[in-house]
Amino acid sequence: MDIRAQVSMVFHLDKCIGCHTCSVACKNIWTDRKGTEYMWWNNVETKPGTGYPTLWQDQDKYKGGWEKKEDKLSLKLQGRIGALANIFFNPSLPTIDDYYEPWTYRYEELFNAPPGDDQPTARPVSLITSRPIDIEAGPNWDDDLGGSQLYAKNDPVLKNSTEEERHLLNEVERNVFFYLPRICNHCLNPGCVAACPAGAVNPGAMYKRGEDGIVLISPEKCRAWRMCVSGCPYKKVYYNWATGKSEKCILCYPRLESGHAPACFHVCVGRVRFLGILLYDADRIQETASVNDTDLVEAQRAIIQDPFDFQVIAAAKANGISDAMIDSAQKSPVYKFVKQWKIALPLSPQFRTLPMLFYVPPLLPVLATMKNGHYEVAGAGEKGMIPLLTSLEQARIPLSYMAGLFAAGNKKIVEEVYRKLIAVRIYMRAKSVMDIPASEVQQALVSGGTTEEEALAIFQLTSRSTFEEHFVIPPLAREMNIETTVDPDTHKQDAGFGFRKIIKRRG
Amino acid sequence: MLDFVLFGIFPYVAIILAFAVGIYRYFNDRISYSSFSSQFLEKNTLFWGSVPWHYGILAILLAHLLALIFPSAWMIVPDHLYVLEVSGLALALFTLVGLGFLLLRRLDNARVFRVTSVMDWILVATLLVQVDMGFMVALFYRWGSQWYLYTAVPYLVSLLSFDPQIQYIVTLPWLVKLHIIGGFVIIALFPFTRLMHLVTFPFSYLWRPYQVVIWNRSRQSKRSK
Ligand code: HEM
Ligand code: SF4
Repeated sequence: MDIRAQVSMVFHLDKCIGCHTCSVACKNIWTDRKGTEYMWWNNVETKPGTGYPTLWQDQDKYKGGWEKKEDKLSLKLQGRIGALANIFFNPSLPTIDDYYEPWTYRYEELFNAPPGDDQPTARPVSLITSRPIDIEAGPNWDDDLGGSQLYAKNDPVLKNSTEEERHLLNEVERNVFFYLPRICNHCLNPGCVAACPAGAVNPGAMYKRGEDGIVLISPEKCRAWRMCVSGCPYKKVYYNWATGKSEKCILCYPRLESGHAPACFHVCVGRVRFLGILLYDADRIQETASVNDTDLVEAQRAIIQDPFDFQVIAAAKANGISDAMIDSAQKSPVYKFVKQWKIALPLSPQFRTLPMLFYVPPLLPVLATMKNGHYEVAGAGEKGMIPLLTSLEQARIPLSYMAGLFAAGNKKIVEEVYRKLIAVRIYMRAKSVMDIPASEVQQALVSGGTTEEEALAIFQLTSRSTFEEHFVIPPLAREMNIETTVDPDTHKQDAGFGFRKIIKRRG
Repeated sequence: MLDFVLFGIFPYVAIILAFAVGIYRYFNDRISYSSFSSQFLEKNTLFWGSVPWHYGILAILLAHLLALIFPSAWMIVPDHLYVLEVSGLALALFTLVGLGFLLLRRLDNARVFRVTSVMDWILVATLLVQVDMGFMVALFYRWGSQWYLYTAVPYLVSLLSFDPQIQYIVTLPWLVKLHIIGGFVIIALFPFTRLMHLVTFPFSYLWRPYQVVIWNRSRQSKRSK
């Protein structure tokens, strides 16, 4: 057992209102420089939709992530020799046209325009070439375009659904969409790190931090071989065209190290986001990433270790994980959502990078059809109440879609999650509105595989939790917490004044 | 005298410059080491430029180098000579076509034009002149693969042994002499351009583990194993 700590995340999609406050907070802090204008380390997509960059989930196009051949994992992009052979030209690299050409406006033309009959206009100009451009795409170009023939219809995830299901999604009454906020998943088996060839002798241009699992790029070592952009199946590594260095989400580690939540978490209006430590067994990464598609979610749950188990604690301590970090792992809301309650799922686990950002899938509106001049909900009783228990069967987005998005096609897993979420909803409604018979509540709890206590706990953490419960910031503040991880005597010797290189005495 | 400055002194200046500035840059401005790929801005023409250019120039450089290191292996029977000469000529043409595409792309594509520095222009122009001259030498002064062994090779060996013997080459045609000077000009340009990307060729990717984990604090002191 090689226990390591990983800063992990849960996004609760039912709560996301698609306001993009997260994206803007991130942009203001990290990506408002030249060459980064098009980078959205945090972006919010409309699903079904093609996403950003367009069609990022289509790995026939972008060749991201890992591929299972027999029992071995290999990068879908290329092998090791392939990386060196393709170094002069990477056939699978997206270009800026798969994102959008950043632009600004010639605002001065509004003021300098000569008097005339027409309103003056500010022409858009490219931030790359400074020439006037026709804007053809931009950030969130397909925002809210559920049902669009251009975007929603071409969502690669729809491949998991039948022809008929896809057809139904296009009906006006069935038009539906939800939001999918995305940042780097800080994967356990990152494709970006594995694809980065950099280093004549000394690799590490892309690396995972041992202490907290944050995936970072060292600009000192990045040589613009631009394989990371392809290697990441989530397209969360961006190439800075101005500086010749790749950049990505750093999970606001400078904020984490000073005890603050990452900016996108802190500002989240819908309170969608949760952050905390997960302990995992690094010896089992390869084995976990190599199981069959439909077993991936279970395997990923299994690699996450119980922070209350004394054997795990002992192994963690032996690995130098501090008591404070173990305490943080025990309080982690992510552990509850992912492992204890099993209602948060990884995004596209079939890419086999073991992403450590998990999603509670959104409850979906049920289907209503126009009858006799008003909307009728299928199966609604006399009171016209929505049939809660069977709402999954009548959901407007097919389960196959959700299974394709969050469980590598395993419908059973997604159904279990939904049954539990529905049970919580019924339980809480019965408790607060008191219009559901106790027998029905019991039935819901049983079908959701949950209990009253658990349902209440899920409700509490989802809707009533405080800032501190949402974000259990791990003890990374180095100057304050280092004493707990290192023997004070050693620490004293490490941190004091001295020489960077050992001086050899000669003579 | 001019010959001695150009062939006896300038090569050393170029090499010292390449090493000194390259090492200085490595320790003081490592962040500027990059291939500055522009593929993200333009992909279609780059393929027709970058691939022939790089495979071509690397093969040509290798041929120059191998002949220098193993001259005896390079002395071959006339039948094979034809093959060698024709393939050399074809390779030079291939490389030139690639470079032509690269240059046109930089001029023609507004985005790529924007990310082209002054040093990029100087570098591409110098390379164009140099490869052009190489091509013409191969075309007009036949059997270069053989006379190279008796002129440039002993000259380069003498340079390497710090005893420059310029008489091996001073009597060569001016085109050949210019080509030799061009080579050293490019060496001198090395540390001032993106050419530095060559020395950071990522060999270690062939054997290093896929995943790289870096610990901020020394792990040994923490692992009680
Ligand atoms: C080991 C060998 C080499 C590697 C791995 C390498 C790699 C690269 C890469 C990745 C690029 C960026 C291409 C892009 O825009 O995406 C590049 C560009 C370039 N390389 Fe190399 N290179 C090598 C050898 C050389 C040599 C020997 C020369 C010349 C003597 C050279 C000259 C250039 C030039 C001039 C460019 C700029 C091309 C342009 O965009 O106009 N390279 N190289
Ligand atoms: S999401 Fe992409 S960038 Fe982030 S760790 Fe995974 S592979 Fe790397």
